[in-house]
Amino acid sequence: MSEPILSFRDVAIRFRTNDGYVEAVKGSTIDIHPGEFVAIVGESGSGKSQSVMAAMGLLAQNGEVTGSIRYRGTEIIGLPAGDLNELRGHKLSMIFQEPMTSLDPLYKIGSQISATLRQHQRLSKDQARARALELLKLVRILQPEQRLDSYPHELSGGQRQRVMIAMALANDPDILIADEPTTALDVTIEAEILALIAELQQRLGMAVVLITHDLGIVRKYATSVYVMRTGEIVEHGDAKAIFAAPKHPYTQMLLAAEPEGRKAPPLPNAPIMIEAKDVRVTYRMKRGFFGRDSSSIKAVDGVSLTLKRGQTIGIVGESGSGKSTLGKAILKLAPAAGQITFEDRALLPLSRDEMRPLRKQMQVVFQDPFGSLSPRMTVGDIITEGLLVHEPGLGRRERDARAAQAFGEVQLDAAMRNRYPHEFSGGQRQRIAIARAMILKPHVVILDEPTSALDRTVQKAIVLLLKGFQDRYGLSYLFISHDLAVVRAMSDTVMVMKDGQVVEAGPADTIFDAPQHDYTRTLIAASRKG
Amino acid sequence: MSDVLAQPVPVGRSLWADARIRLFRNKAAVTSLFFLILMGVTAIAGPWFSPHQYERVYTEYVRVPASLTAYPKPEQIAPAVERIAARVRAQIETQQVVGGSVRVTLVSPRAIDERNLAFFGRSDLFQGANVVERADEGRKLVIDAPIRWRTFLFGTDGNGRDLFTRTLIAGRVSLAIGLLATGVALLIGVAYGATAGYLGGRIDTVMMRIVDILYALPFIFFVIMLVVFFGRNFILMFLAVGAIEWLDMARIVRGQTLSIKRQEYVQAAEALGVTSNGILRRHIIPNTLGPVVVYMTLLVPKVILLESFLSFLGLGVQEPMTSWGVLISDGARNIQNAEWLLFFPALFLVTTLFALNFLGDGLRDALDPKDR
Repeated sequence: MSEPILSFRDVAIRFRTNDGYVEAVKGSTIDIHPGEFVAIVGESGSGKSQSVMAAMGLLAQNGEVTGSIRYRGTEIIGLPAGDLNELRGHKLSMIFQEPMTSLDPLYKIGSQISATLRQHQRLSKDQARARALELLKLVRILQPEQRLDSYPHELSGGQRQRVMIAMALANDPDILIADEPTTALDVTIEAEILALIAELQQRLGMAVVLITHDLGIVRKYATSVYVMRTGEIVEHGDAKAIFAAPKHPYTQMLLAAEPEGRKAPPLPNAPIMIEAKDVRVTYRMKRGFFGRDSSSIKAVDGVSLTLKRGQTIGIVGESGSGKSTLGKAILKLAPAAGQITFEDRALLPLSRDEMRPLRKQMQVVFQDPFGSLSPRMTVGDIITEGLLVHEPGLGRRERDARAAQAFGEVQLDAAMRNRYPHEFSGGQRQRIAIARAMILKPHVVILDEPTSALDRTVQKAIVLLLKGFQDRYGLSYLFISHDLAVVRAMSDTVMVMKDGQVVEAGPADTIFDAPQHDYTRTLIAASRKG
Repeated sequence: MSDVLAQPVPVGRSLWADARIRLFRNKAAVTSLFFLILMGVTAIAGPWFSPHQYERVYTEYVRVPASLTAYPKPEQIAPAVERIAARVRAQIETQQVVGGSVRVTLVSPRAIDERNLAFFGRSDLFQGANVVERADEGRKLVIDAPIRWRTFLFGTDGNGRDLFTRTLIAGRVSLAIGLLATGVALLIGVAYGATAGYLGGRIDTVMMRIVDILYALPFIFFVIMLVVFFGRNFILMFLAVGAIEWLDMARIVRGQTLSIKRQEYVQAAEALGVTSNGILRRHIIPNTLGPVVVYMTLLVPKVILLESFLSFLGLGVQEPMTSWGVLISDGARNIQNAEWLLFFPALFLVTTLFALNFLGDGLRDALDPKDR
């Protein structure tokens, strides 16, 4: 094999914090050969991004690197910023997770791409524009001529990520580093972007480093894989070998981390908990000053559903399909029209005060475990807040006892209940959010992407926890997710939503094994990575 | 379950505690904090320990310069004795300073009325006068007048009042106005801004338009109007300053609230059925406090300056009460012949403002570590 173009030798990274040093990477050794597709896989906090950030000189201020990172024999660590800039953006280029924020909203796409070209390659204005157009064609953007004059907000997430790739390719890099390039995108878009990166790698003969938490997505393209865990590389080698016979137990666990199990349908005579008929949620766009330009967006457009006791309806769809809005409409957190009944009571005519007693029975768990807990309250106060409203007779000690009990139910140490949310990991926070919903002993829980922000292994545990609650208390779930694997494991009935409408609904097995609608088929195909 | 409850529960470190740790690592901020505490204690307790009353006028010590040694100075004694002798209608034959007193020999064509010797006691320089020797049937008196030593660390002002005590008293007033007006602005601004931001819609529009209207009011005109209607008084200062300063606070808090109310934890609280009041109190206001605290430390100096400005114009606190602004305006008028009148109050004001600004800076870094 040829010489590696980028090699990491015993790279260790640590961060100075209030509590002393935190070791992010403990001596990683990685070799990247020309034209290789390297995947660095690990869960959050494994240090997979930090190693590469160190190579790009992008570590946070309080980070310290030791070891050696060499690009074609040149030591990168400790290189002055001027020399480093010759490398990065030129020979090493990088694309990030968030395509929404990586482009400057004030400049047109064409001028953003030409700016780097003109700076690094000293092209004239027209030459740069021609090259920018060429690059946009290379990344297969539709209507590239018009896109040159678009602003970033006029592009969808997938298109923006394509623009980012075009910018990264502008200076013919040797190595393209992609840090979770598809995590923020829908599954169908994710598949397209990965295929594009793989194709460009073949065509341009560059090396690609793909950093991801999802082993599944690298299976098809990667030539070699590094698996990281808590700052250490636990296994590395040829991709085929690793997928065929993972040696390290952690790799085996990652590969097996897809949530398993199926859910049996509820009894046919189970009582109906929620019945929704023809629910519509329409957002009126802000009218112009003189009342012109009035337009509206139908976020949910005539959706009906029936949720029985003990049933889980999985609502599947990509971003913008209206699935979360539907959940909020049922909770009366979004203005809805139509008919929604909960245990034979019509919800929509109820005032806020009349609704309050019912809220005890209908709870919600949100997607973002970092945003859904108030940062200035202790977690004990957070999970007992509902008791203040619904069981005002309880004293402080009783509430504390209930908090401790709820902590036990979600398998957290009750001694941690006086801590603050930022002291917990994502999975623990999601358990706290679940405890907050469950402490009220609800009948229906709306789960709005509760596992999407979590690592696969944590997802699996949360799915088990939720199923446990369901078995014990006969709960009904509305499970909203874009992740088909989790939906399959959780739900007995599935609704597929697109543009505010239900395109297909039915028992989970039927939908997954014999999808009728084209859109459902695309979704299922895209989720079967590799 | 009971055994779990019986265990001591470790207390977590809140974001406030984190911020405190970061703040205490910032040397400039900690120094400023200690300085401000010292300044506060001095302004409150200092006047009680000062030998001078802030409104006491020493007619014979008008505009004396700052000095570490006590007054009267040797060259002041003779003229003072001469002035008293003139009032007693006597000539001075001899006078000399012995230890802590002056020995004067007075002569007169007629007998000297000893009751007039009380002029010595009324003078700012002497404690009184004792007759040591009488001669010529009362036409010649030898008197011993013990000198009253007084220290004017910062000198005296144009009315002969001790500047040190007045500076401390002025500090009380300025700091009190700074803190109270800021407190008023904080209470009104946070409640108003959070309510407007959280309720949103038409209520928000109406509430914020009211703020806009108040903004449009010319401040000085507003103060002059208040003074015309109610006369000059201390409470009015708070009213005027507080009524203007809460507007900024309300806008800041409203902006914060608009972003916080879209957070999932607020939606989660709504889904729990928590009342608007509870959401505002438990979720929104605590999370807006970071920027509010920072703005507060910057508002205190602003208010102090504003008060100084009003006092400079003559619309502020009234004599004999004083504030740093009043003292500085007085000093500015006397800068040619009595520069200490400007120097000391200005020194106090400037150092306090510096300290407040450094503290505000430190707080901003401590509360918002992402911005560094």
